[in-house]
Amino acid sequence: MTIVAQRPVCAGAQIKHLKRLEAESIGIMREVVAEFCNPVMLYSIGKDSTVMVHLARKAFFPARPPFPLLHIDTGWKFRETIAFRDAIARRLGLDLLVHANEEGRARGINPITSGSALHTAVMKTEALKQALDRYAFDAAFGGARRDEERSRAKERIFSARNAEHGWNPRNQRPELWRLYNTRLRDGESMRVFPLSNWTEQDVWEYIAAEEIDVVPLYFAALRPVVRRGDAWIMVDDERLPLEPGEHPEMRRVRFRTLGCYPLTGAIESAAATPAQIVAELRDTSRSERHGRLIDSDEEAAMERKKREGYF
Amino acid sequence: MSTAGSSVTRQHNKDLLRFLTCGSVDDGKSTLIGRLLYDCALIFDDQLAKLEQESRRFGTTGEDTDFSLLLDGLEDERQQRITIDVAYRFFATPKRSFIVADTPGHVQYTRNMATGASTSELAVILVDARKGVLPQTRRHAFICSLLGIREIVLAVNKMDLVGFEERSFDEIATRFSAFAAGLSKASIQAIPVVARFGDNVTARSARMPWYRGPTLLEHLHSVTVSSGDADRPFRFPVQWVNRPNGEFRGYCGTIASGTIAPGEEVLIVGSGRCSRVKEIVTFDGSLDRAQAGDAVTLTLETENDLARGDLLTDPAAPPEFVDQFAAHVIWLSEHPLVPGRSYLLKIGTRTVPATVTALKHRIDVNTLAHLADRTLELHEIGFCNLSTAAAVAFDPFEVNRDTGAFILIDRFTNQTAGAGMIAFGLRRASNLHWQALTVGREQRATVKEQRAAVLWFTGLSGAGKSTIADLAEKKLLAFGRHTMLLDGDNVRHGLNRDLGFTDADRVENIRRVGEVAKLMTEAGLIVLCSFISPFRAERRMVRELTAPTAFLEIFVDTPLDECMRRDPKGLYAKAKAGRIPHFTGLDSPYETPESPELRLTTVGTTPESVVEHILDELRRRNII
Repeated sequence: MTIVAQRPVCAGAQIKHLKRLEAESIGIMREVVAEFCNPVMLYSIGKDSTVMVHLARKAFFPARPPFPLLHIDTGWKFRETIAFRDAIARRLGLDLLVHANEEGRARGINPITSGSALHTAVMKTEALKQALDRYAFDAAFGGARRDEERSRAKERIFSARNAEHGWNPRNQRPELWRLYNTRLRDGESMRVFPLSNWTEQDVWEYIAAEEIDVVPLYFAALRPVVRRGDAWIMVDDERLPLEPGEHPEMRRVRFRTLGCYPLTGAIESAAATPAQIVAELRDTSRSERHGRLIDSDEEAAMERKKREGYF
Repeated sequence: MSTAGSSVTRQHNKDLLRFLTCGSVDDGKSTLIGRLLYDCALIFDDQLAKLEQESRRFGTTGEDTDFSLLLDGLEDERQQRITIDVAYRFFATPKRSFIVADTPGHVQYTRNMATGASTSELAVILVDARKGVLPQTRRHAFICSLLGIREIVLAVNKMDLVGFEERSFDEIATRFSAFAAGLSKASIQAIPVVARFGDNVTARSARMPWYRGPTLLEHLHSVTVSSGDADRPFRFPVQWVNRPNGEFRGYCGTIASGTIAPGEEVLIVGSGRCSRVKEIVTFDGSLDRAQAGDAVTLTLETENDLARGDLLTDPAAPPEFVDQFAAHVIWLSEHPLVPGRSYLLKIGTRTVPATVTALKHRIDVNTLAHLADRTLELHEIGFCNLSTAAAVAFDPFEVNRDTGAFILIDRFTNQTAGAGMIAFGLRRASNLHWQALTVGREQRATVKEQRAAVLWFTGLSGAGKSTIADLAEKKLLAFGRHTMLLDGDNVRHGLNRDLGFTDADRVENIRRVGEVAKLMTEAGLIVLCSFISPFRAERRMVRELTAPTAFLEIFVDTPLDECMRRDPKGLYAKAKAGRIPHFTGLDSPYETPESPELRLTTVGTTPESVVEHILDELRRRNII
């Protein structure tokens, strides 16, 4: 694969388009702060939520974002991501809440022997619900985009959840113009997706244009990996059991998305800067979530998880 | 299948066109979009592999790939092979970027179609060449037109199934144009296509040489849509007040139309005052000028007590500012629109209580005829007069989508119940000023040595409301208090004798009683009202109407069985015999009060002791 490190051809229109997306996201965030009592921003450490945090700083400037960040720690994130999370919160002076499902951890739930479905249900979905209940948040921002996956493509920007945090895709509220209905009954909550209309390409172009720091795992480097199916899995720590005959090898890889490390496949790539990633994306033939093993477990995996309260 | 080729970029961000596909069920909307993406080589390999696997499992196209499965993202949709909710796809060709909303065709999901249409600039309306223009085709065309879409593509699909005949295409195009002539200023491009095989989608069809117009993609590339938002007068709805410290006070919002620069004068609508913009603050530095669509923070030169919901505008071209206006309303709720009922109206960043005061007419989506009606059911469209609890600033929707659109929210279910487009203001509010009076409610009540109050008795027929209210008034009178009793039956003999017992009439009944009770509290009276008043919405409406007067909702809580046993007027017997329709508690609902000031049980006690409870409560509240 040849990597062409060049800016897009028509930079003027490009910037106008990104400005338009930026303004839409800022408008959504301000609406939440104006209409809800106790909002929170989910921070997964990935590129999308890092862009979302950057947008929040813009939306409320010169004030700081008037809500905390919440990270759901499954215990299986890449080590580099945790270090990045703590550094960014400190540098930006933002409140960071970290929640883990201690009960699940005590039960020894993990992505390797418990299987990805159970691990996700307990350590992500359950953990998220615990945290939302514990702090009584009435609105939670998530960095999901409609171009990621086809059930995401169906979700509203303001997505009402019932008292059990469940999503009812059969009966979503109409959402007309930019007039978001923010009314809830006691116990209900709202998930809000300010990046709904961004694409993966937009996110990288924005990261390049705004010079936003993201976790280095997104950029190509020599890393220890093993081949599983058609994915490269990184041997991030000693907890990944190697199968007979499996030997970690050093490959120049990068990640397009960052989930729990045993569930996230890397791609071979030489793209080492945001601009190179933008160029690489223009020529790729695989979708972004291709490397996410949890989605391919079953056909409607994402939708089912969302009905149960997943982001 | 070639992979996403380098000749076509997935996202190249030229100017952006937002469009939707709509039309009747099974006319091929999702298939058309799937085909468009496929032909533009915009489908990833892993998505295509999944698509082929699913086509074999759920598909309706035999051995061929079923492109609609790319769009139908919900489990129910794939299993039932229908589209339930709108899906958004993002793609770009070397010439343009697109956001396409693929919307459902079934009548019961029309509100999801309206969701997709509200943010679109162009509509692709599909018609099955065999079936022609259907009621749902007309409904969607009408909704698109109402929502302000001025560019329509009529895609006549499945031309292969009518032998690629020019005559079939012409007939449909002519019939549609005749209908669309009744819609406001839409330009129409008709294109014959076969979505499944790609004829005239991206490539010209050799099977229809008689067609000389553009392919769908050519048309999507060449059509010009201009919002012109920046050229219109300045409108800035204050969304959030930013006060990080004592020194800084900024007004955050997204400019709805026009442009603004530091030093320019702005009118604060409603206050009549003007100020000047001091600074346009952003994270990336202060701006020399900002325009429609920009999310900015403005500071003003003078201290002003602005809040969320206020509107800053160009003083030379102010918007209308009234509390009554006429609007088209698309109803989106299973609970019908009831004139007189209180809803929340959200316009821009402002939310106010509002009622539909009159349904001028309902519009038949097939003929566009105006029909007389009393309510709007789910997905019906009407032209209404609305009244808001306070004056709101707006422009007609035709002139400005951002300041002319509103939603109505059901106050109990919190559902988005309606979408509205303001046509014009009704000048009554500006012409009818409140006469300022020197003697008020307080003075009138003080000479009577009491405080005005409303005691609102609600409960089932036969619960004992009138008996208790009557006895309570007698006691109050004995203490020298000035009272008035309004009773459901009595009022219906006079003031409300033109009303029946449908839901709409019940709402109007209570509204009138509320207004009368309000006048009487103005006179300083303690007003006792005895009405079944089965709906929470109307009890709340009277409470808000009579505010700030003390309002006591008194729930006479007698079980239905007991009311039926008592049946003092023999009404339950008649109702059960089917001689009284819409009887509360039987075939019409009673919504129990959630937090009444007093809840009275009447079983195993006497009216006298029940009334003592009421008097105690009035003493406790310093009313007597």
